[in-house]
Amino acid sequence: MSVAAKTQDFEPLIVAFCCNWCSYAGADLAGTGRMSYPANIRVIRVPCSSRVSPNFILRAFQRGADGVVVAGCHPGDCHYVSGNYHARRRFSMLRRFLEFVGIEAERLEVHWISASEGSRFAQVMQDITDKIRVLGPNRKLRDSR
Amino acid sequence: MRRIGVFICWCGTNIAATVDIETVIKEAREMPGVVYAGDNKYMCSETGQTQIKGTIVQQKLDRVVIASCSPRMHELTFRKTAAAAGLNPYLVEIANVREHCSWVHKDKDAATVKAVALIRTAVAKAALDTGLEPQEFVVTRRALVIGGGIAGIQAALDIAEAGYAVDLVERTPSIGGRMAQLDKTFPTLDCSACILTPKMVDAAAHPNINLLTYSEVEEVEGYVGNFEVTIRQKARSVDAAKCTGCGLCFEKCPSKVKSEFDEGLALRKAIYVPFPQAVPNIPVIDRDHCRWFSKKKCGVCKKVCPASAVDFEQSDVLIKQKYGAIVVATGFDLIGFEIFGEFGYGKHPDIITSMEFERLVNASGPGGGKLLKPSNQQPPKNVVFVHCVGSRDKSRGKPYCSKICCMYTAKHAVLLKEKHPEAQAYVFYIDVRTAGKDFEEFHRRAVEEYAAVYLRGLVGKVFPSGDKLLVNGVDTLSNQAVEIEADLVVLAAALTPRHDAEGLARMLGIGSDAHNFFVEAHPKLRPVESHTAGLFLAGTCQGPRDIPETVAQAGAAAAKAIALLNKETLLSDPCVSAVDESLCTGCLACLKVCPYKAISDKPLTEKVHGRQRRRLVAEVNKALCQGCGACSAACRPGAMNLLGFSNEQLLAEVDAICL
Repeated sequence: MSVAAKTQDFEPLIVAFCCNWCSYAGADLAGTGRMSYPANIRVIRVPCSSRVSPNFILRAFQRGADGVVVAGCHPGDCHYVSGNYHARRRFSMLRRFLEFVGIEAERLEVHWISASEGSRFAQVMQDITDKIRVLGPNRKLRDSR
Repeated sequence: MRRIGVFICWCGTNIAATVDIETVIKEAREMPGVVYAGDNKYMCSETGQTQIKGTIVQQKLDRVVIASCSPRMHELTFRKTAAAAGLNPYLVEIANVREHCSWVHKDKDAATVKAVALIRTAVAKAALDTGLEPQEFVVTRRALVIGGGIAGIQAALDIAEAGYAVDLVERTPSIGGRMAQLDKTFPTLDCSACILTPKMVDAAAHPNINLLTYSEVEEVEGYVGNFEVTIRQKARSVDAAKCTGCGLCFEKCPSKVKSEFDEGLALRKAIYVPFPQAVPNIPVIDRDHCRWFSKKKCGVCKKVCPASAVDFEQSDVLIKQKYGAIVVATGFDLIGFEIFGEFGYGKHPDIITSMEFERLVNASGPGGGKLLKPSNQQPPKNVVFVHCVGSRDKSRGKPYCSKICCMYTAKHAVLLKEKHPEAQAYVFYIDVRTAGKDFEEFHRRAVEEYAAVYLRGLVGKVFPSGDKLLVNGVDTLSNQAVEIEADLVVLAAALTPRHDAEGLARMLGIGSDAHNFFVEAHPKLRPVESHTAGLFLAGTCQGPRDIPETVAQAGAAAAKAIALLNKETLLSDPCVSAVDESLCTGCLACLKVCPYKAISDKPLTEKVHGRQRRRLVAEVNKALCQGCGACSAACRPGAMNLLGFSNEQLLAEVDAICL
C-alpha cells in the first residue's frame, strides 16, 4: 500500500490530556467561539498537566491511539505553581523513550494553551491531526484488540 | 454491578442539532453498568433537574453521568442536584458534549460518534467514582485589598463597613491612585479630588481599615479562607507616630527629582509627600535620590524636623498576615510611546499624554492649573488631541478599545475652552464611542457649545516647526489631507495593566489575558471573581473602564469578599491525594514535586514475620493539598493517588476513549 493510499481513509484517534485551568478552559473557549477542529480529538480532563503519568500515554498508544497531546498552562502560569515544569521534563524524557522503543516521538506532543487561547487550541488540534494523518496509524504499540 | 444513569441534554439545539440524541441514548443503554439513559431539552432547567432527582430515586442509581455543557459550567449544578436526591455529589461525572463536541464539529455522524465516546469515557470514570466528603476548615475573617486607588479604597470601605478587618496595601506613599491625579471627571465635570479625598480620609479613619502605604505584597501562599501573605512595608525613613505633617522637611530638602504624581512635569524633593492631600500625610525619603543615603551628606530634614521624626536608620518591615479573601485592584499604566515615533513624544515638551494634560489643567498641578505650554509657559491657541494612540491598533499597539479616551478627550476640549476661551481644540478620531449615561450629550456639548473640531482620521506625523508643532493628518470624511499648526498635542494613550501585573498574577495564581489584564472567572456571570477561589478583581487591572464602573465593580468584589468572610467555615475540595501505606516505599519522590509542602514523611511501625519493623511512608496534609496530582504521577509504586482523578479512573478513561 502506498503512503498516499494509506493516509487517505485513515482517521487518526488522538487523545488530548488537558489541564482543568488553562487548556481545558481553552478548549471550552474554542467551543464557545465555534472554532471547529477535527473530531479525531478527544479530550480527557485532568487537574494539572503534572497529573498525567507516562502510564496513561503508553496505555493510550496500547489501546490504539495514533497520537497523544498533553496540554497545560504556559510556563510560569501553572495554577499549581510548578506542575507544568514537571510535565515538561517528564514528557521530554518520555519522547526519548518512545523513540528508543521504536515509536515516532512525533506522536506525543506537549503544548501550552491558556484559558484565553481558544483559537490556538483549535489550531494546535488541527495541526496535530494533519501531522498524524501523514504519519499513519500507530501499529507498533497497539495491542491485538 | 453499578447502577449508572446517563442523562443527555439537548441544550435546545446547541447539542441536538449536531449530535443525534436518539443514537446516543441507544448506545448509552449498552454501556457497562448503565441501567438508564434519558434526555431532556434543558437538563439544567427545573424539569431537567427534577428528572434527574426522580430517576436517581426510582432507578436506585448509584452513579450519574450528565452529557451536557462543560463541567466548568454546570458540574456544581448537577452535583447539587444529585445531592438533593441523596447521592454523594462526587458520584456525578460530566461528559462535555457541547463545548468539546457539538460546537466544534459540523459533521453530524462524526459528532455523534465522538459524543458516544465521550459519554462512554465518563461512564467508565463514574463506575470507579467513590463518594467523597469535604472537610470543614475555619475562615480567617480578615481581607486584603491590593491597590489603593478608587477601586481599592471603595472595596476596603465596603468590607470594613460590613464589620471585617481590612488591610489596604498601596505601593506609593499615599492612597488615591490615578483618580487623585485627575482634574475633573466626565460627564459631570465634578472635581476629581473633591469627590475622592473624603473617601481617602474615610479609609484612613475607619477603625476596621489598616492602611499599609509604601508597601508591596511580596509572597502569597495558602488558599481561599486562609491566604498567608507577606507584605514588605518599605522604610519611610520618617517615624509615622512622631510626624506631624508640618512639611518643613521637604521645604528645606535640597534634592529635586521629577514628580511621579505630576507625570514628570514638575519637581518634588527627595523627602516628599506625593501631593498636598496625600493620605497619610507623612513624607517618605526617596533613598535613591537623597543626599544622605547616597553621599552621607546633608541631613537637613533631620535637623529641621521639630518632631524628630526623620529616622535614617529605619529599615523595611516584613509583615506576615493571614487573610480569608483578597481583592486585587492594581489599576493601569499608559502604553509606552517608544514605538509611536510619528507623534514625536519625548522630542518636544509640548507633545504630552492625556495624563500630563490632566496635571497641567489641575489647580494642584504644575503651573497651578493655568494650562500653559510646558515649553514656554504661554497659553496654547491650537490644541490637537489624538484618539486611539496605541488602542485599536492591532499591528503596533493594543487591539482593544481603551474605552475612556473618547470621553476624557471631550472633557479636555471643554476644559481647554474654559481656561482659554480663545483656544481651539482639534480632535482626530477613528470613531467616537459615547455609550454611557449622559455621555453622548456631553460629547455633543463639546462639539456644539465648546466648538471642538472633530476630524475623522489618523495623524501621520507631528514635528516641530519654530515654536509650533506641525500636525499632518487626514480627514477621511472630506478625504483631504489636514495640516494644523498646533501649540500643544495631546495623545490619548492606550490603557495597559500595571507594568508588573504579570508578576503579581503569578504570585497570586490568577490568570491574565494576552495583554496581562487579569481574567475574570466568567465574562458574564462571574465578572469580579478570578479563577482562584477567594481572589476578587476590581477596577482597571481587569480591563479599561471608567470611574463609576470601577466603583460598582469594587463594591461587587467587596460583596463577594464579605459573603466569604461571613462564613465561619468553608468546605474543602475533597479531591486531594491519598496514600496507600501498604504500597508506599518511602522514596518520597512525591514530596519533591509537591508545590504546597503538603507531603511529609511519617514513620510507620508494623509487624513483619512477627518482628517489629519501622519504615517511612509519605503522609498528605489534606488541608494544604490542592489536588494537582503531581505526586500521583511521580509515585513509582502507585501508592499516591488523587481522589476524583485516580490512576484507575484515568486509565479507565483512556481505555474507554480509545474504543
